Amino acid sequence: MNEKPEKLIDKKGIRLDGRKADELRPLKLQVGVLSNADGSAYIEHGKNKILAAAFGPREMHPKHLVQADRMVLRCRYHMAPFSVQERKSPAPSRREVELSKVIKECLEPALFLELYPRTGVDVFIEVLQADGGTRCASITAAALAIADAGVPMRDLVVACAAGKVDDTVVLDLYDAEDKLGVADVPVAYMPNLNAITLLQMDGILTSAELEKAITMATDGCKKIYEMQKEALKTKYMVVKEVEE
Amino acid sequence: MSSLITKVRLKQIEQLLEKGKRLDERGLLDTREIKIEQGLIEKAEGSARVLLGKTEVLVGVKVETGEPFTDTPNEGVQTVNAELVPLASPNFEPGPPDENSIELARVVDRGIRESKAIDTEKLCIQPGKQVFVVFIDVYVLNHDGNLIDASAMAAMAALMNTKMPNYEIKDGELKIKQGYTPLPLRSHPITVTVGKINNFLIVDPWLEEEQVMDSRITFAINDAGNICAIQKGGSGYFTPQQILEAMKIAQEKVVELRKKLNW
Repeated sequence: MNEKPEKLIDKKGIRLDGRKADELRPLKLQVGVLSNADGSAYIEHGKNKILAAAFGPREMHPKHLVQADRMVLRCRYHMAPFSVQERKSPAPSRREVELSKVIKECLEPALFLELYPRTGVDVFIEVLQADGGTRCASITAAALAIADAGVPMRDLVVACAAGKVDDTVVLDLYDAEDKLGVADVPVAYMPNLNAITLLQMDGILTSAELEKAITMATDGCKKIYEMQKEALKTKYMVVKEVEE
Repeated sequence: MSSLITKVRLKQIEQLLEKGKRLDERGLLDTREIKIEQGLIEKAEGSARVLLGKTEVLVGVKVETGEPFTDTPNEGVQTVNAELVPLASPNFEPGPPDENSIELARVVDRGIRESKAIDTEKLCIQPGKQVFVVFIDVYVLNHDGNLIDASAMAAMAALMNTKMPNYEIKDGELKIKQGYTPLPLRSHPITVTVGKINNFLIVDPWLEEEQVMDSRITFAINDAGNICAIQKGGSGYFTPQQILEAMKIAQEKVVELRKKLNW
């Protein structure tokens, strides 16, 4: 880690990586990238590179986890040992266990769990490279993977963080801003339903700043949402061309 | 719980909420009775037991010496662990911590860490080499809902009760002296969880309500009234308006609790 720079945002309001306060990092979304998974997606969100795969609805194992009246969604968020500066042990850390839980809970509201009793859907997320905001990018990719698997959804789930860096509320923090900034607020959102399905925060914010951060994050989510839909359509356009 | 009973109970709870009532006769925004007892474990440097209604949490704090993290060589270390002890609920099983106890520990940790409650710079003994490590162990003894608020409150009460050993450095060696000083604290965060059942927001959900609620949102709020940690949980959602409403409820509740607890 380098020395902390004095200012993370210059006088003109430009951030260290050249972005404006409410600007997203460049995004690339791809659907159907793995042939063995029922659904899959790949996201590049800034320097984050993340793969997500969905399997199911399929028979639940182990059997005692089966729910007689609904489908069970399981999520595993995992970081590759080489995804961060210092090698991360491949064993799941407490952070990864917590993130797996909150990611599962933020995807569940999008699914019609009661339509597939006694089955399970598994979502596996592998962070290949991390640069701040991996949980948000993971959610965006995981929702695409589930949609790609053909599981009916109320809406896509899309996630984006906002936060406070120096004295400014900014959108989509990258690693240095996350570590050296004042606060980080990841938000997952279903734009069509105006529903927030994940909200976390660490740092210190006044209620006015938090309100601004949530608004900024949901606006960012709406932009990514358009790219998500585009990515889904793109997959099927390619299929059509092959058929012709 | 079997889904049929849950559905019957949900209906009953919904009907009460529409009349502004709850199963245990509280108002929607009322907290259960709080009892705090400090210093009951003599062998621990700090301890506290919190009763939140029938929910009972014991927190023990142990202070030991250890190495600092390389990125914060001048700061002591804070660690929180939570145990959902099998005697606390028929649904808790012995074994390594599951996702629920890890989430509980990490939410309690975040509230204390982000409000900078422990003055970790004062826990440095020799920069880069030796610091005090504060182990905060949350022990859930009886689960009747809202473990997060009860645990966060017990953790803070235990920290306020924690004594640090006096020490001196002789020839680069640490020597423990007689007597104790209180653990240096800068803030006293209070955590409030708001549950959502069918668009009704309720404070301090208890077990019967937790089993039917859509989702919950937890706010940790520092002495200045600013928000220092948030965690949404459960398989439901909140609209942005509901989040802001919940935040307002939590802030008002914290003012009330601060007065009651004298923190």
